Amino acid sequence: MSGPEIVRQWIDERVDLREMFAPLMEKTVPRHRFSHWYLLGGVTLFLFGVQVCTGLLLLLYYRPSMNEAYESVQYITNRVAFGWLVRSVHAWSADLMIFMAFAHMFSVAFLRAYRKPRELTWMSGMVLLFLCLGFGFSGYLLPWNTLSFFATKVGTEVPGRMPVIGHATLLFMRGGEDVGAATLARFFSLHVVVLPAITASMILLHLLLVQKFGMSVPPSVEKEGPRFGSKVKFFPNYFLRDVMTWSVALMVLLVLAVTFPVELGKKADPFGSAPAGIRPEWYFLSQFQTLRLLPATILHIDGEVIGALAFGLAGALWVGLPLLEGRLGRNGSRWARISVLGALVYLASTTLYAYFTT
Amino acid sequence: MATKVVSPPTSDPIQPFEKRKSRRKILKVLMGGSLAGVWMSLVYPLVRYLIPPAEANVTTNEALAASTGDLKPNTAKTFRFGSHPALLVRLPNGEYKSLSAVCTHLGCTVQYQPETQQIWCPCHNGRYDLDGRNIQGPPPRPLVAFDVNVRGEEIHVSRKQDA
Repeated sequence: MSGPEIVRQWIDERVDLREMFAPLMEKTVPRHRFSHWYLLGGVTLFLFGVQVCTGLLLLLYYRPSMNEAYESVQYITNRVAFGWLVRSVHAWSADLMIFMAFAHMFSVAFLRAYRKPRELTWMSGMVLLFLCLGFGFSGYLLPWNTLSFFATKVGTEVPGRMPVIGHATLLFMRGGEDVGAATLARFFSLHVVVLPAITASMILLHLLLVQKFGMSVPPSVEKEGPRFGSKVKFFPNYFLRDVMTWSVALMVLLVLAVTFPVELGKKADPFGSAPAGIRPEWYFLSQFQTLRLLPATILHIDGEVIGALAFGLAGALWVGLPLLEGRLGRNGSRWARISVLGALVYLASTTLYAYFTT
Repeated sequence: MATKVVSPPTSDPIQPFEKRKSRRKILKVLMGGSLAGVWMSLVYPLVRYLIPPAEANVTTNEALAASTGDLKPNTAKTFRFGSHPALLVRLPNGEYKSLSAVCTHLGCTVQYQPETQQIWCPCHNGRYDLDGRNIQGPPPRPLVAFDVNVRGEEIHVSRKQDA
């Protein structure tokens, strides 16, 4: 018997590997004309793995204080061998992960995979998307450059304008009245400890739910009747497809990171003016553009208060989409489809508008 | 077939069932209450800990903004006024104006635009005139204007006395 075989048998005698992996071995994935959309969740997960690995590498040199943060990122970029690459992959992978999470969300929404009994899978996925945005927002500040300083200033001011709990929220986020050393310390611990811990457990829950209910078959495919029913085994058939997709994602990621290495910009000056052309990361451009377009006051209430409340309400409605669809009865599916299309059109158009006008 | 009714155990000679049930209820309330108390005594300091202590609110009334040679006509600079940035503008006619540089919309730091002779916030494209009035875009309120005093070579900026 060979070495690895002896080890395998030794473990098998104790934990019964076949029983342990039975759910994965028996798992099947429906095959139909939309099944490639199932791959997006897996790519998002893969990119999260890339974030964990590159994040750990950046942690070896990054120093989270107002006087050292910018310099340490500069050191990583200019002095550490392949530091520029690690940082660039981390930044690009973050962008791609959030893009893939949005694509995954919209594919689930359009194929109406959130229907009963998968409401909780949808909601846990939405929590994961919010966590991703939290990662993006908190990580953006860490290099402590002008752009990130003002993005954080505005980003923490918006929830600060909510009635009643606004000011406490602002203090909680900033660790003081202004964006400063305390904010950097908070964002750092959020980015590298709190969010990863919560995200890991949410991913586990999300995957358990996906495993429990299996992949959803879109209603339009189900209607076709006899043609539906074709399935592929998850392991190894579908898993290999996943691995192929991940490899393509990795290639795209490396090409982007090498061709367009992420810039560092100027060190933040808390008493300097905000530079022209300032804007947040692309995934906040839609909210950014909305705030720019809102008038100063609406019905005697400040425009940004209305904006902050509207973002909160829209987010809550979106999370509750599967429940709302059920509530609306027979017309529910039509309303859901219109809302999903409306959300996509609004997000895409405001994002592009902001992108081409700033 | 006759169904057998299973009655709750009432054989306890000392406590009838109903009385024991109500005693259980009281115990549940007491237990639950004390457990909730223990947890709350942990949650309360935690929430308080997360919100930072109020900073000593030192109201600054005056700051040294620049020296007279610093600014050419139709330019501006930011300076520190207490814990916030402020703006000192030298108008084309040589006169000085000073305003808070904190945009009333979402707190970005504004800048002077020599081409338009307006104050502009690059974050959400808000505009103010040189008296601080919000004239375009999302800002809901005017910028706070300060008094400018030139003493020798030093330009001092102070809060308006009448405000």
